[in-house]
Amino acid sequence: MCLAIPMRVLATQTTADDSTVPREAVVDADGIRKTVRLDLADRIPRPGDYVIVHAGFVIRTLSESEARANLALMRQMAEGLETGPEGSGP
Amino acid sequence: MKCADEFRDRTITDRLLEQLERLVNGPLRIMEVCGTHTVAIFRHGIRSLLPAEVELISGPGCPVCVTPAGHIDAFVQAASRPGVLTATFGDLLRVPGSHGSLADARAGGARVEMIYSPMDALDLAGKHPDLTIFFPAVGFETTAPTIAATVLEAQRQGLDNFCLFPGCKLMPPPLAALMTGDDLRLDGLLCPGHVSAIIGSRAYTFLAREHHLPCAVAGFEPADILAGLVSLADQKRQQKARVENCYSRVVRPEGNPRARELLLRVFTPADGQWRGLGVIPGSGLELREEFQAFDARQRLALSPQTVPEPAGCRCGEILQGRLLPPDCPLYGTACTPSRPQGPCMVSSEGTCGAYYRFSPAPPAPDTEKEKP
Repeated sequence: MCLAIPMRVLATQTTADDSTVPREAVVDADGIRKTVRLDLADRIPRPGDYVIVHAGFVIRTLSESEARANLALMRQMAEGLETGPEGSGP
Repeated sequence: MKCADEFRDRTITDRLLEQLERLVNGPLRIMEVCGTHTVAIFRHGIRSLLPAEVELISGPGCPVCVTPAGHIDAFVQAASRPGVLTATFGDLLRVPGSHGSLADARAGGARVEMIYSPMDALDLAGKHPDLTIFFPAVGFETTAPTIAATVLEAQRQGLDNFCLFPGCKLMPPPLAALMTGDDLRLDGLLCPGHVSAIIGSRAYTFLAREHHLPCAVAGFEPADILAGLVSLADQKRQQKARVENCYSRVVRPEGNPRARELLLRVFTPADGQWRGLGVIPGSGLELREEFQAFDARQRLALSPQTVPEPAGCRCGEILQGRLLPPDCPLYGTACTPSRPQGPCMVSSEGTCGAYYRFSPAPPAPDTEKEKP
């Protein structure tokens, strides 16, 4: 089951035996806190970023500008305008 | 910006619905592949808002549902071995094989624990060095990299009491298999959100190019799903199939290369067996040679067999979009969420379970009789 709601990053942390790169993040969604792994993250998130989590792993770090672009794409679609290369996939 | 509420706002959903009304001027038959989409469409009440010509059918996108009964039997066989603790995703617990489910095995004395992440299985392995932790690994491209990362971590920690049944599957091969049959008559495919986050929107290009099937990658909020449907209706109107990425905040055309690299470091594509669809070449994931020590089939001497589906169960056809749940003779009578016969009724994202939970209750037979 995919967890559809993005979770907000509170902090990133290293694991006990690896002190250089953050391996875990503490995330929150509506008061539910979890520690999740960063092995699969496309980019290491910063506190305040939103992430998509699947089975205890971050699979995507969101950026506000990309979320806004996505919303703008939908507004264009609702108006029946051509969506251009950003929306046309490959 | 919370990256969620904005995509539920009526100022955008109302306009997308209006646009959909404008674009749909004949039958529009769409398959939503992903089980999470099936549930989100019901939960947000989207079916009741759509033009009457839009028909939504579900595809083979619920990982627990497509796990063949013979694999479930092997999971139960493993769970029943002495000295084994089974760590499983909750969805799998009640799925029946031909000799009961993991929940039945637990009721019979087997140690079975529910986990949220495959990494939880490693915690159990650390806590119980005297037990073998068995993990039935099911899932698609979103889950498989999390399992690959777990195997690498188990290797790094030198844990030798952890093993898994490699039952993960890849999504594009069954979609190709469904398209080669000519009786589905699909007008478009609502492509999964988080599988696409890993494999990328480009992974569906062959469906648009070779099968002329309009594709739209969509997220799980109401505006995401409606934008996907608008795109598919527009592609049909233009008679031009392409892959439109309506979930661009999460899905890149190239997906998540880091996750795919990890997946392929541990697993290699092989033939995969699907409930309802049979064996599909290149759709399964086997452990690579250097990770064979983690294979539960050898460690626990498991011998998965091909077994027949429960009598009367039509899950196989439902998973292929060839039948809707109410058309199954067992649906709502012999097969309910509390007494499921087939996997589509058990899983939280199974099509039958979603229909049952979100459909209005049918009138009881005696109140029917009292009608004038």
